[in-house]
Amino acid sequence: MRDELQKRVVKGPDGVEFEVEPLKDYYCEAPPAEHPPAYLKIVEDLFNWARSQSLWILGFGTGCGAIEMRPLMTPRFDAYRYGVQWRPTPRQSNLFIISGYLSVKTLKRVIRSYEQMQNPKYVVGLGSCTINGGMYWDSYNTIKRLDDYLPVDLYIAGCMPRPEALLAGFETLKHIIREGKAEGANLYARNFDWYKANQKKVIHDWDMPDYNW
Amino acid sequence: MRALLDSLKSLYPLDDIVLQRPDLAFATVPAAQVRGLLHHLKEREGFTHLVLLTAVDWLEDGMFQLTYLLHDRARARDLGLRTLIRRDRATMDGIHDLWPTAATYQRELKEMFGIDFPGSPGVDDPFVLEGWTDLPPYRRDFDTKDFSERNFNHREGRVTHDPAAHMKRHLYPDEA
Ligand code: SF4
Repeated sequence: MRDELQKRVVKGPDGVEFEVEPLKDYYCEAPPAEHPPAYLKIVEDLFNWARSQSLWILGFGTGCGAIEMRPLMTPRFDAYRYGVQWRPTPRQSNLFIISGYLSVKTLKRVIRSYEQMQNPKYVVGLGSCTINGGMYWDSYNTIKRLDDYLPVDLYIAGCMPRPEALLAGFETLKHIIREGKAEGANLYARNFDWYKANQKKVIHDWDMPDYNW
Repeated sequence: MRALLDSLKSLYPLDDIVLQRPDLAFATVPAAQVRGLLHHLKEREGFTHLVLLTAVDWLEDGMFQLTYLLHDRARARDLGLRTLIRRDRATMDGIHDLWPTAATYQRELKEMFGIDFPGSPGVDDPFVLEGWTDLPPYRRDFDTKDFSERNFNHREGRVTHDPAAHMKRHLYPDEA
Protein backbone atom coordinates (compact mmCIF):
# COMPACT_ATOMS: atom_id res chain seq x y z
CA MET A 1 0.00 0.00 0.00
CA ARG A 2 1.12 3.51 -0.72
CA ASP A 3 2.21 5.71 2.20
CA GLU A 4 -0.76 8.01 1.86
CA LEU A 5 -3.05 5.02 2.47
CA GLN A 6 -1.39 4.00 5.74
CA LYS A 7 -2.97 4.66 9.09
CA ARG A 8 -1.45 7.81 10.55
CA VAL A 9 -1.91 10.78 12.85
CA VAL A 10 -2.69 14.08 11.12
CA LYS A 11 -2.66 17.58 12.50
CA GLY A 12 -5.59 19.67 11.37
CA PRO A 13 -5.34 23.38 10.50
CA ASP A 14 -6.72 24.21 13.95
CA GLY A 15 -3.88 22.33 15.64
CA VAL A 16 -5.97 19.35 16.74
CA GLU A 17 -4.37 15.99 16.12
CA PHE A 18 -6.49 13.08 15.00
CA GLU A 19 -5.99 9.64 13.55
CA VAL A 20 -6.95 8.76 9.99
CA GLU A 21 -7.17 5.32 8.52
CA PRO A 22 -7.64 6.09 4.81
CA LEU A 23 -8.81 2.64 3.77
CA LYS A 24 -11.65 2.82 6.30
CA ASP A 25 -12.33 6.53 6.38
CA TYR A 26 -12.08 7.47 2.72
CA TYR A 27 -13.09 4.31 0.89
CA CYS A 28 -16.05 2.00 0.90
CA GLU A 29 -15.06 -1.35 2.32
CA ALA A 30 -18.00 -3.31 0.95
CA PRO A 31 -17.63 -4.66 -2.58
CA PRO A 32 -19.94 -3.15 -5.20
CA ALA A 33 -23.53 -4.39 -5.11
CA GLU A 34 -25.87 -5.16 -7.96
CA HIS A 35 -28.58 -2.65 -8.63
CA PRO A 36 -31.96 -4.36 -9.13
CA PRO A 37 -34.23 -3.11 -11.94
CA ALA A 38 -37.31 -1.09 -11.10
CA TYR A 39 -40.40 -2.96 -9.85
CA LEU A 40 -42.28 -2.57 -13.13
CA LYS A 41 -40.83 -3.12 -16.57
CA ILE A 42 -42.47 -0.02 -17.95
CA VAL A 43 -40.81 2.05 -15.24
CA GLU A 44 -37.42 0.49 -15.94
CA ASP A 45 -37.97 1.21 -19.64
CA LEU A 46 -38.67 4.82 -18.81
CA PHE A 47 -35.51 4.98 -16.71
CA ASN A 48 -33.49 3.43 -19.51
CA TRP A 49 -34.91 5.88 -22.03
CA ALA A 50 -33.88 8.73 -19.76
CA ARG A 51 -30.43 7.23 -19.21
CA SER A 52 -29.88 6.85 -22.92
CA GLN A 53 -30.57 10.55 -23.37
CA SER A 54 -27.86 11.68 -21.00
CA LEU A 55 -24.50 10.26 -21.83
CA TRP A 56 -21.83 12.09 -19.88
CA ILE A 57 -18.37 11.10 -20.95
CA LEU A 58 -15.43 11.12 -18.60
CA GLY A 59 -12.71 13.33 -20.08
CA PHE A 60 -9.98 10.71 -19.86
CA GLY A 61 -7.98 9.86 -22.96
CA THR A 62 -5.73 6.83 -23.09
CA GLY A 63 -4.36 6.17 -26.58
CA CYS A 64 -4.23 7.80 -30.00
CA GLY A 65 -8.04 7.63 -30.16
CA ALA A 66 -8.40 10.43 -27.61
CA ILE A 67 -7.56 12.84 -30.42
CA GLU A 68 -10.80 11.88 -32.18
CA MET A 69 -12.86 13.24 -29.30
CA ARG A 70 -11.68 16.81 -29.80
CA PRO A 71 -13.43 17.31 -33.15
CA LEU A 72 -16.51 15.76 -31.58
CA MET A 73 -16.58 18.45 -28.94
CA THR A 74 -16.28 21.27 -31.46
CA PRO A 75 -18.72 22.61 -34.06
CA ARG A 76 -17.57 20.43 -36.96
CA PHE A 77 -19.03 17.21 -35.52
CA ASP A 78 -20.77 18.67 -32.46
CA ALA A 79 -21.69 15.61 -30.41
CA TYR A 80 -23.65 17.80 -27.97
CA ARG A 81 -26.61 17.87 -30.34
CA TYR A 82 -27.02 14.13 -29.63
CA GLY A 83 -27.19 14.69 -25.90
CA VAL A 84 -23.59 13.63 -25.36
CA GLN A 85 -21.15 15.71 -23.38
CA TRP A 86 -17.85 15.53 -21.55
CA ARG A 87 -17.31 15.96 -17.84
CA PRO A 88 -14.09 16.55 -15.94
CA THR A 89 -14.56 14.15 -13.01
CA PRO A 90 -15.64 10.51 -12.62
CA ARG A 91 -18.39 11.43 -10.15
CA GLN A 92 -20.13 13.49 -12.83
CA SER A 93 -19.94 11.06 -15.70
CA ASN A 94 -21.49 7.75 -16.65
CA LEU A 95 -19.68 6.81 -19.86
CA PHE A 96 -16.03 5.83 -19.94
CA ILE A 97 -14.51 5.75 -23.42
CA ILE A 98 -11.24 3.83 -23.44
CA SER A 99 -9.80 5.56 -26.43
CA GLY A 100 -7.12 3.16 -27.58
CA TYR A 101 -4.15 1.26 -26.24
CA LEU A 102 -4.11 0.98 -22.49
CA SER A 103 -0.80 0.64 -20.70
CA VAL A 104 -0.65 -1.16 -17.39
CA LYS A 105 0.13 2.09 -15.61
CA THR A 106 -2.91 3.77 -17.13
CA LEU A 107 -5.08 0.73 -16.45
CA LYS A 108 -4.53 1.35 -12.76
CA ARG A 109 -5.87 4.90 -13.10
CA VAL A 110 -8.69 3.71 -15.32
CA ILE A 111 -9.84 1.21 -12.71
CA ARG A 112 -9.76 3.87 -10.02
CA SER A 113 -11.75 6.27 -12.17
CA TYR A 114 -14.23 3.64 -13.31
CA GLU A 115 -14.97 2.56 -9.77
CA GLN A 116 -15.59 6.16 -8.74
CA MET A 117 -18.26 6.65 -11.39
CA GLN A 118 -21.87 6.39 -10.29
CA ASN A 119 -24.22 3.65 -11.42
CA PRO A 120 -25.46 3.01 -14.02
CA LYS A 121 -22.26 3.43 -16.00
CA TYR A 122 -21.11 2.34 -19.41
CA VAL A 123 -17.78 1.53 -21.05
CA VAL A 124 -16.98 1.87 -24.73
CA GLY A 125 -13.77 0.46 -26.19
CA LEU A 126 -12.53 2.62 -29.04
CA GLY A 127 -10.17 1.23 -31.64
CA SER A 128 -8.63 -2.15 -32.30
CA CYS A 129 -6.14 -1.79 -29.46
CA THR A 130 -8.92 -2.26 -26.94
CA ILE A 131 -10.31 -5.25 -28.83
CA ASN A 132 -7.25 -7.45 -29.34
CA GLY A 133 -4.22 -5.27 -28.74
CA GLY A 134 -4.20 -3.82 -32.26
CA MET A 135 -0.76 -2.98 -33.49
CA TYR A 136 0.49 -3.23 -29.89
CA TRP A 137 -0.36 -6.93 -29.73
CA ASP A 138 3.22 -7.84 -28.80
CA SER A 139 3.93 -4.84 -26.58
CA TYR A 140 5.23 -5.52 -23.08
CA ASN A 141 3.17 -2.76 -21.55
CA THR A 142 -0.36 -2.68 -23.00
CA ILE A 143 -3.30 -4.91 -22.17
CA LYS A 144 -4.73 -6.92 -25.06
CA ARG A 145 -8.42 -7.24 -24.34
CA LEU A 146 -10.26 -4.65 -22.38
CA ASP A 147 -13.23 -6.84 -21.40
CA ASP A 148 -11.00 -8.87 -19.08
CA TYR A 149 -10.61 -5.84 -16.86
CA LEU A 150 -13.78 -3.78 -17.25
CA PRO A 151 -17.29 -4.65 -18.45
CA VAL A 152 -17.42 -3.30 -22.01
CA ASP A 153 -20.82 -2.44 -23.49
CA LEU A 154 -19.67 -1.64 -26.99
CA TYR A 155 -16.56 -1.72 -29.13
CA ILE A 156 -15.99 0.69 -31.99
CA ALA A 157 -13.55 -0.93 -34.40
CA GLY A 158 -10.96 0.91 -36.45
CA CYS A 159 -7.45 2.22 -36.15
CA MET A 160 -8.45 4.84 -35.44
CA PRO A 161 -12.23 5.17 -35.88
CA ARG A 162 -13.32 8.48 -37.32
CA PRO A 163 -15.63 10.85 -35.40
CA GLU A 164 -18.56 9.65 -37.56
CA ALA A 165 -17.95 6.12 -36.27
CA LEU A 166 -18.08 7.43 -32.73
CA LEU A 167 -21.35 9.23 -33.41
CA ALA A 168 -22.78 5.99 -34.81
CA GLY A 169 -21.40 4.24 -31.75
CA PHE A 170 -23.22 6.64 -29.44
CA GLU A 171 -26.49 5.90 -31.24
CA THR A 172 -25.87 2.15 -30.95
CA LEU A 173 -25.08 2.53 -27.27
CA LYS A 174 -28.37 4.38 -26.78
CA HIS A 175 -30.18 1.44 -28.37
CA ILE A 176 -28.39 -0.98 -26.09
CA ILE A 177 -29.29 1.10 -23.06
CA ARG A 178 -32.94 1.43 -24.11
CA GLU A 179 -33.17 -2.34 -24.55
CA GLY A 180 -31.91 -2.71 -20.98
CA LYS A 181 -28.80 -4.57 -22.09
CA ALA A 182 -26.19 -2.12 -20.86
CA GLU A 183 -25.77 -3.87 -17.53
CA GLY A 184 -22.01 -3.32 -17.21
CA ALA A 185 -22.04 -2.00 -13.66
CA ASN A 186 -24.10 -5.00 -12.47
CA LEU A 187 -21.85 -7.36 -14.38
CA TYR A 188 -18.86 -5.80 -12.67
CA ALA A 189 -20.47 -6.21 -9.25
CA ARG A 190 -21.51 -9.81 -9.96
CA ASN A 191 -18.09 -10.88 -11.24
CA PHE A 192 -16.11 -8.56 -9.02
CA ASP A 193 -13.65 -11.24 -7.90
CA TRP A 194 -12.98 -12.35 -11.47
CA TYR A 195 -12.31 -8.77 -12.61
CA LYS A 196 -10.06 -8.14 -9.61
CA ALA A 197 -8.09 -11.33 -10.27
CA ASN A 198 -7.54 -10.30 -13.90
CA GLN A 199 -6.55 -6.78 -12.91
CA LYS A 200 -4.09 -7.98 -10.31
CA LYS A 201 -2.59 -10.43 -12.75
CA VAL A 202 -1.17 -7.57 -14.83
CA ILE A 203 -0.82 -4.85 -12.19
CA HIS A 204 2.08 -6.29 -10.26
CA ASP A 205 2.38 -3.53 -7.67
CA TRP A 206 -1.21 -3.23 -6.53
CA ASP A 207 -1.01 -0.33 -4.07
CA MET A 208 -4.57 0.91 -3.85
CA PRO A 209 -7.79 -0.27 -2.19
CA ASP A 210 -9.54 -3.18 -3.87
CA TYR A 211 -12.60 -1.06 -4.45
CA ASN A 212 -12.04 2.63 -5.04
CA TRP A 213 -15.50 3.98 -4.31
CA MET B 1 31.81 23.48 -36.92
CA ARG B 2 35.05 22.11 -38.29
CA ALA B 3 37.02 24.73 -36.35
CA LEU B 4 35.22 23.74 -33.19
CA LEU B 5 35.97 20.06 -33.73
CA ASP B 6 39.61 20.82 -34.40
CA SER B 7 39.98 22.81 -31.23
CA LEU B 8 38.17 20.09 -29.23
CA LYS B 9 40.41 17.44 -30.72
CA SER B 10 43.44 19.13 -29.27
CA LEU B 11 41.88 18.99 -25.80
CA TYR B 12 39.98 15.69 -25.74
CA PRO B 13 40.48 12.28 -27.41
CA LEU B 14 37.68 12.52 -29.99
CA ASP B 15 37.03 9.56 -32.25
CA ASP B 16 34.73 8.63 -35.17
CA ILE B 17 33.97 12.21 -36.07
CA VAL B 18 31.07 12.53 -38.48
CA LEU B 19 30.22 15.90 -39.96
CA GLN B 20 26.67 15.14 -40.95
CA ARG B 21 25.62 18.64 -41.98
CA PRO B 22 27.36 21.99 -41.69
CA ASP B 23 25.39 22.50 -38.47
CA LEU B 24 25.40 18.94 -37.09
CA ALA B 25 28.31 16.71 -36.05
CA PHE B 26 28.86 13.59 -34.00
CA ALA B 27 31.91 12.35 -32.14
CA THR B 28 32.81 9.56 -29.75
CA VAL B 29 34.63 10.16 -26.45
CA PRO B 30 35.76 7.77 -23.71
CA ALA B 31 33.28 7.58 -20.84
CA ALA B 32 35.71 9.11 -18.35
CA GLN B 33 36.04 12.30 -20.46
CA VAL B 34 32.34 12.86 -21.07
CA ARG B 35 31.60 15.05 -18.08
CA GLY B 36 34.61 17.24 -18.62
CA LEU B 37 33.86 17.70 -22.28
CA LEU B 38 30.17 18.45 -21.66
CA HIS B 39 31.15 21.01 -19.06
CA HIS B 40 33.58 22.62 -21.47
CA LEU B 41 31.00 22.71 -24.25
CA LYS B 42 28.38 24.21 -21.97
CA GLU B 43 30.54 26.87 -20.34
CA ARG B 44 32.98 27.78 -23.13
CA GLU B 45 31.45 26.89 -26.48
CA GLY B 46 27.85 28.00 -26.04
CA PHE B 47 26.17 24.58 -26.10
CA THR B 48 23.78 25.53 -23.35
CA HIS B 49 20.88 23.27 -24.25
CA LEU B 50 20.72 19.51 -23.70
CA VAL B 51 18.43 18.25 -26.47
CA LEU B 52 18.39 14.63 -25.39
CA LEU B 53 20.24 11.83 -23.71
CA THR B 54 19.54 8.40 -25.08
CA ALA B 55 21.07 4.95 -25.37
CA VAL B 56 21.64 2.21 -27.92
CA ASP B 57 22.11 -1.43 -26.98
CA TRP B 58 25.01 -3.00 -28.93
CA LEU B 59 24.22 -6.47 -27.67
CA GLU B 60 26.76 -8.26 -29.86
CA ASP B 61 29.61 -6.04 -28.66
CA GLY B 62 28.47 -6.15 -25.04
CA MET B 63 28.23 -2.35 -24.98
CA PHE B 64 25.71 0.40 -24.37
CA GLN B 65 26.13 3.57 -26.35
CA LEU B 66 25.02 6.77 -24.69
CA THR B 67 24.33 9.74 -26.95
CA TYR B 68 24.27 13.28 -25.61
CA LEU B 69 22.85 15.74 -28.10
CA LEU B 70 23.64 19.38 -27.41
CA HIS B 71 22.43 22.55 -29.07
CA ASP B 72 24.07 25.92 -29.42
CA ARG B 73 21.26 28.44 -29.76
CA ALA B 74 23.36 31.42 -30.68
CA ARG B 75 25.02 29.69 -33.62
CA ALA B 76 22.16 27.28 -34.38
CA ARG B 77 24.27 24.14 -34.41
CA ASP B 78 24.05 20.71 -32.82
CA LEU B 79 26.72 18.40 -31.53
CA GLY B 80 26.15 14.78 -30.61
CA LEU B 81 28.57 13.04 -28.26
CA ARG B 82 28.66 9.28 -28.14
CA THR B 83 30.25 7.18 -25.48
CA LEU B 84 30.41 3.44 -24.93
CA ILE B 85 30.03 1.75 -21.57
CA ARG B 86 30.12 -1.93 -20.76
CA ARG B 87 26.84 -3.75 -20.70
CA ASP B 88 27.69 -5.89 -17.70
CA ARG B 89 28.74 -2.84 -15.64
CA ALA B 90 26.11 -0.41 -16.85
CA THR B 91 26.89 2.59 -14.68
CA MET B 92 27.62 6.13 -15.76
CA ASP B 93 28.25 9.49 -14.13
CA GLY B 94 25.15 11.63 -14.09
CA ILE B 95 25.00 15.10 -15.63
CA HIS B 96 21.99 16.31 -13.65
CA ASP B 97 24.18 18.97 -12.03
CA LEU B 98 24.94 20.47 -15.46
CA TRP B 99 21.38 20.20 -16.79
CA PRO B 100 18.66 19.39 -14.20
CA THR B 101 16.47 18.01 -17.01
CA ALA B 102 18.99 15.21 -17.47
CA ALA B 103 17.65 13.58 -14.30
CA THR B 104 14.48 12.62 -16.20
CA TYR B 105 16.48 11.05 -19.02
CA GLN B 106 18.63 9.20 -16.54
CA ARG B 107 15.60 7.90 -14.70
CA GLU B 108 14.18 6.65 -17.98
CA LEU B 109 17.47 5.00 -18.98
CA LYS B 110 17.63 3.27 -15.61
CA GLU B 111 14.18 1.85 -16.13
CA MET B 112 14.28 0.98 -19.81
CA PHE B 113 17.93 -0.08 -20.19
CA GLY B 114 19.02 -0.71 -16.62
CA ILE B 115 21.84 1.87 -16.87
CA ASP B 116 22.47 3.27 -13.42
CA PHE B 117 23.34 6.90 -12.68
CA PRO B 118 24.24 6.90 -8.99
CA GLY B 119 23.10 10.04 -7.18
CA SER B 120 20.69 11.20 -9.86
CA PRO B 121 17.46 12.45 -8.22
CA GLY B 122 14.69 9.85 -8.28
CA VAL B 123 16.66 7.52 -10.51
CA ASP B 124 15.18 4.43 -8.87
CA ASP B 125 11.56 5.61 -8.97
CA PRO B 126 9.28 3.97 -11.52
CA PHE B 127 8.94 6.06 -14.65
CA VAL B 128 6.37 4.49 -16.98
CA LEU B 129 6.59 0.90 -15.78
CA GLU B 130 5.19 0.31 -12.33
CA GLY B 131 5.97 -2.92 -10.55
CA TRP B 132 8.24 -4.13 -13.33
CA THR B 133 9.96 -7.43 -12.50
CA ASP B 134 11.52 -8.60 -15.77
CA LEU B 135 14.62 -7.48 -17.70
CA PRO B 136 14.60 -3.78 -18.61
CA PRO B 137 12.45 -3.84 -21.74
CA TYR B 138 14.70 -1.85 -24.08
CA ARG B 139 17.56 -4.30 -23.66
CA ARG B 140 17.71 -6.27 -26.85
CA ASP B 141 17.82 -9.62 -25.10
CA PHE B 142 14.37 -8.87 -23.67
CA ASP B 143 11.81 -10.73 -25.80
CA THR B 144 8.76 -8.47 -25.88
CA LYS B 145 6.54 -10.90 -27.81
CA ASP B 146 7.28 -13.73 -25.43
CA PHE B 147 6.66 -11.46 -22.43
CA SER B 148 3.39 -10.23 -23.89
CA GLU B 149 2.23 -13.80 -24.44
CA ARG B 150 3.11 -14.83 -20.91
CA ASN B 151 1.79 -11.76 -19.14
CA PHE B 152 -1.44 -10.86 -20.94
CA ASN B 153 -4.58 -12.68 -21.98
CA HIS B 154 -4.95 -12.61 -25.74
CA ARG B 155 -8.15 -12.72 -27.72
CA GLU B 156 -8.55 -15.76 -29.91
CA GLY B 157 -8.91 -15.39 -33.64
CA ARG B 158 -6.27 -12.83 -34.44
CA VAL B 159 -4.78 -13.46 -37.88
CA THR B 160 -1.87 -11.74 -39.53
CA HIS B 161 -1.53 -11.49 -43.28
CA ASP B 162 1.86 -11.05 -44.82
CA PRO B 163 1.15 -8.11 -47.17
CA ALA B 164 3.21 -9.49 -50.06
CA ALA B 165 1.63 -12.95 -49.94
CA HIS B 166 -1.84 -11.47 -49.49
CA MET B 167 -1.55 -9.13 -52.48
CA LYS B 168 -0.13 -11.91 -54.61
CA ARG B 169 -3.07 -14.14 -53.80
CA HIS B 170 -5.42 -11.24 -54.43
CA LEU B 171 -3.94 -10.05 -57.73
CA TYR B 172 -2.69 -13.32 -59.23
CA PRO B 173 -4.97 -16.05 -57.89
CA ASP B 174 -3.70 -18.57 -60.46
CA GLU B 175 -0.12 -18.40 -59.29
CA ALA B 176 -0.80 -18.61 -55.59
S1 SF4 C 1 -6.36 1.35 -32.43
FE1 SF4 C 1 -4.83 2.40 -33.69
S2 SF4 C 1 -5.30 4.57 -33.43
FE2 SF4 C 1 -6.28 3.46 -31.76
S3 SF4 C 1 -4.86 3.50 -30.04
FE3 SF4 C 1 -4.50 1.61 -31.21
S4 SF4 C 1 -2.86 2.12 -32.64
FE4 SF4 C 1 -3.71 4.04 -31.90
